[in-house]
Amino acid sequence: MFPIVQARFLSPDVKQFRIEAPRIARKRKAGQFVIVRLHEYGERIPLTISDSDESDGTITLVVQGIGKTTRLMNQLEAGDAVLDLVGPLGEPSHVDRFGTVVVIGGGVGTAIAYPTAVAMKQAGNRVISILGARTAELLILEQEVRATSDELHLLTDDGSRGERGFVTQKLQELLDGGTEVNLVLAIGPVPMMKAVADVTRPRAIKTIVSLNPIMVDGTGMCGGCRVQVGGASKFACVDGPEFDAHAVDFQILMQRNSLYKEQERAALARFEADPTPDREHVAHCHLEQQHPAAGPRAGVREGGECRG
Amino acid sequence: MAEPLKPKERVKIPRQAMPEQPALARAHNFQEVNLGLQVVAAEHEAQRCLTCSDPKCVQGCPVGVKIRDFVELVLSGDYLQAAAKIREDNILPAVTGRVCPQENQCEGACVLGNRFSPLAIGNLERFVADYERATGQVGLPTLAPPTGKKVAIVGSGPAGLSCAGDLAIQGHKVTVFEALHEIGGVLLYGIPEFRLPKDIVRQEVDNMRKLGIDFQTNVVIGKTVTVDELFDEEGFHAVFVATGAGLPRFLNLPGEHLGGVYSANEFLTRVNLMKAYDPSHYDEPIYDCRGRNVAVVGGGNTAMDAIRSALRLGAKNAYVIYRRGEEEMPARREELHHAQDEGVQFLTLHNPIEFLGDARGYLRAVRLTRMALGEPDASGRRSSAPVPDSEFELPLDVVIIAVGTGANPLVQSTTPDLRLNKWGYIIADEESLRTSKRGVFAGGDIVSGSATVILAMGAGRKAARSIHQFLCDGAW
Repeated sequence: MFPIVQARFLSPDVKQFRIEAPRIARKRKAGQFVIVRLHEYGERIPLTISDSDESDGTITLVVQGIGKTTRLMNQLEAGDAVLDLVGPLGEPSHVDRFGTVVVIGGGVGTAIAYPTAVAMKQAGNRVISILGARTAELLILEQEVRATSDELHLLTDDGSRGERGFVTQKLQELLDGGTEVNLVLAIGPVPMMKAVADVTRPRAIKTIVSLNPIMVDGTGMCGGCRVQVGGASKFACVDGPEFDAHAVDFQILMQRNSLYKEQERAALARFEADPTPDREHVAHCHLEQQHPAAGPRAGVREGGECRG
Repeated sequence: MAEPLKPKERVKIPRQAMPEQPALARAHNFQEVNLGLQVVAAEHEAQRCLTCSDPKCVQGCPVGVKIRDFVELVLSGDYLQAAAKIREDNILPAVTGRVCPQENQCEGACVLGNRFSPLAIGNLERFVADYERATGQVGLPTLAPPTGKKVAIVGSGPAGLSCAGDLAIQGHKVTVFEALHEIGGVLLYGIPEFRLPKDIVRQEVDNMRKLGIDFQTNVVIGKTVTVDELFDEEGFHAVFVATGAGLPRFLNLPGEHLGGVYSANEFLTRVNLMKAYDPSHYDEPIYDCRGRNVAVVGGGNTAMDAIRSALRLGAKNAYVIYRRGEEEMPARREELHHAQDEGVQFLTLHNPIEFLGDARGYLRAVRLTRMALGEPDASGRRSSAPVPDSEFELPLDVVIIAVGTGANPLVQSTTPDLRLNKWGYIIADEESLRTSKRGVFAGGDIVSGSATVILAMGAGRKAARSIHQFLCDGAW
């Protein structure tokens, strides 16, 4: 089991977790992900690693509560434990000294783009970040991204924070204004990534997106995460998750991501009606022994042996 | 305890039939098809053994189980000792008793088979293993004193488990690393519940824990930890790579991205490992097969497992699409007959050429062409070629591609000094299973390509012998 040592909401539906996983913390590079299974009856879902700390052996995950599993996860607190956590999976981001890199984060995608932005900055690039969200309270990691950016642009659909508009408009504006851009990294909802690809394609600016197809094992064994890239079938889990945005078939990605829509809706409805059984399946750790700050938790079921 | 009989009397006893769940009932549930021999039947069966002085069956077994000796122990009613006797050579008797192709191995070599039916060795093996489980006891072999040597096994499928068992018995400290969240590899994610109940795999793994073997799930060697780190940082003295042939092959036909098109690996993993057949308890979804048309493309055991699973998930029509004839199908005859009895329809001499979808991106039909058999090809099987102008559409909601697997590259790609063949499989010496890298051994499907559980177990045993020798003399 993998104890959660810290959990806090970044926005109403987005929660940040620090989880003990020393082997993964030591190994992970920007762009890689883990597969998580919360409890014995749970499904396996991929989550991109947002950060890690080798000194205390934790990795950071940022989760948007959309379906049943992510909503259950967002009910977990420090002292709860994730049953299975495996990684780091996928190929790391290709980090090099490109020159000027534009990093675009849409909604929770910011948490996935952030580690690569940090790596790009460390590699000596000029980093221009563009963060977008529907409304102010959904903008996340603003301070963290600001600290690693030479330039930061904030946009909201309703203008409640930063400029009113979409990230693609800002990107277009920068390009029209003569900013020379060598690489664009765009991570967010599929329609946003597709729109960014459409902006950069006529100018032939290399654009990278991180894809989020449905996965099971995450190690290349099942082929469920196959995506069409440049007319060829690729497995996002081992060939990606990052691909050349101009070659990705976003239409197929969207279709494949909605394959289990009915089952997902039913599972969520059952969970919302009564979250108790799932909550009870989640194990807990005697975290206070290792992390006094976490404090004792009252009334929790004892889990099995904890290991990182 | 049954009385030993004279040979003339023994051959008069008919081979005891394996009781089965009725075909029509079992086609709708995931419970085991074969029910196992009762004590009386097992005694009768054991009495049939001719106790040859030079038992051919043992030579026919890829791991060399001392069959005559264990059958004699069955005859004397000492079932636990019989199980312990099997475990000296085969750490997973409850598994192999169910999934081995005995007809090509021990039973194929049985002298009784020359004039009568061969001894039902697989059923007897299963009988003693089930007896252990039913009585909560286990017949374990004795362990050699600790050697202080550490061995890492990469992959917890049949090759890894059998190697781990043999090395533990020889006194080595064994750690098995598994990428998934549960131990068993293909025994868990691949072979369905109705052929190999998962509780049985769990029990066998628990028995192995009693031998002192450490099992670590959620560790992807090559990602979480590399082979070099196993030596340099984690202090292992030898590594056995048994990662299997886990990369699914697709047909590269138009429409393969459509919803409802699965690799057999994905379909079976969702059903078996993730228990998608029990949606009221488990979260992992699978395409709702109820009342739908489902087909599998391929003619091997995996294809039979997949389509029989689809049937149990409620498929209205379940088809096997295979480009050659029934004779050429690589599946075990028993599996083929089970599938036929359960109502699976066989479209032999048919091949898909395109998958057709609807506006939402879901599969709606497959375009098939009829095939005709030609001359035998390099593999000895007759090749097949499309019949001109024979194309037609078959309405289909789900299709499962079961045309084989390739080598998963995760270990190889981070172990640069491991030599590979042109298909990406690891090159290992046939006898010693040594790779090009000192201290690293490899066996099972990652060396041979897709094969059977027992052949992988045979490779695991071979590796264990070779690793033991390496640990003792250090010579490479």
